[in-house]
Amino acid sequence: MINFGYTSNKDRQIVFDENDRSVYQILQSKEPSVDICIQCGTCSSTCTTGQFTQFSLRQIIVNIHRGEMDFINEDIRKCMFCGKCQLVCPRSVNTRNIIQVLITILN
Amino acid sequence: MTRESQTIAVIGGGPAGLEASAKLTGLGYNVFILEKNTEVGGHLLDWDRLFPDQQNASEVLDAIKAGLNENTQILTGAEVVEISENHRFDIKLAGSPQKITADAILVATGFDVFDARKKEEYGYGIYDHVITSAELETYFKNKKEILKRNGSPVKRIAFIHCVGSRDEKAGVRHCSRVCCVTAVKQAIEVKELYPDVEVYLFYMDLRMFGLGYEELYKEAQEIYNIRFIRGRLSESFENQDGTIMVKVEDTLAGKPMRINVDLMVLMVGILASSGTSEMGSKMGIGINSNGFLKPVNSHFSSQISNRAGVFLAGTCKSPKNIEETLSDARAAAVLIDNYLKAKIT
Repeated sequence: MINFGYTSNKDRQIVFDENDRSVYQILQSKEPSVDICIQCGTCSSTCTTGQFTQFSLRQIIVNIHRGEMDFINEDIRKCMFCGKCQLVCPRSVNTRNIIQVLITILN
Repeated sequence: MTRESQTIAVIGGGPAGLEASAKLTGLGYNVFILEKNTEVGGHLLDWDRLFPDQQNASEVLDAIKAGLNENTQILTGAEVVEISENHRFDIKLAGSPQKITADAILVATGFDVFDARKKEEYGYGIYDHVITSAELETYFKNKKEILKRNGSPVKRIAFIHCVGSRDEKAGVRHCSRVCCVTAVKQAIEVKELYPDVEVYLFYMDLRMFGLGYEELYKEAQEIYNIRFIRGRLSESFENQDGTIMVKVEDTLAGKPMRINVDLMVLMVGILASSGTSEMGSKMGIGINSNGFLKPVNSHFSSQISNRAGVFLAGTCKSPKNIEETLSDARAAAVLIDNYLKAKIT
């Protein structure tokens, strides 16, 4: 490749039809309550891990649905399974099991 | 003077006009319903089922009409051209020598849906596979199959919220309220007919204000696997194969997003109807900045106009669901009765 002395940024766009969205499908079959998430962010605001790192269960759920898998594998391992997210979730999503299932899928 | 000797002219034969007429005739008054279309029923005539319980629109219309008695005279094809006042109101109709004389007037001229062609970037009337929520309803009502132009099945549908609502570029600042839950209802109906179709709803906020609406939203997620993506459609393009590329910001992921769909359904908003604006200006009734008719006080006199003897009911004042429209019509009937009783004594 010829070096023109500059680079271009990676496309940030979510190209829904080209993304591999299979992880969400497996997650959905193993933990159906993921579908009723309303993306309110109560889980991520109460999360101790999120206070000190970029970890956000809300964003993990939305990104996996879209097939945006960058950093997901690292992020899910930051969860300490304290379960506060599950206590506060207004829709009673089984949040801890979502992380547990994701770890199993991605291992 | 008795109730039996007094007449009320109801302008508009939609749900509000019909319900108020039923209550007024029930009290003993004579009512003329002036409907400019060929049939009474308003938008209910075009609707198949109603949120949130999927009741048939025709059943609701029949129930309202059942309240009308022999003191009601329905004039269809009746267009009001002039209203003059000399103790009573004299109403002149287009192409008719007959003059209606009334002691009070109820304006129930309703709404029009937003003309989706004004949002040119959404491709309505330009691309092959863009329809409005009102059109989708006629598909359901007439049992018309939802197919692509070439007759092949639709695999993915996008419902686009707030088309002609909360959009100053389209000249509409208000929220039309009922479109959110209508989208959820219609998405469920699509999934009932075609379980394999993928359905995505693109929204800014989901305003599930009524009892049973939030539950319907959850049902859409849990049972029908309908997906809600928070982002307002910025632009859409027609691909060579007739599919549509939708561009939004996936605001919850914080990234721009594009997705191809086979059919786009535009959730068109509720505007004051042309008849509402016309009646407003003809009778000198206050019009608010959104184009709807303005009652003297929106809290405690919301069915009373600034002109004595002229009352307002239904969606000529603001977007409403059927329940609210009917309650409003009944309230208007009571206030008209109070007004005329004061005249009797």
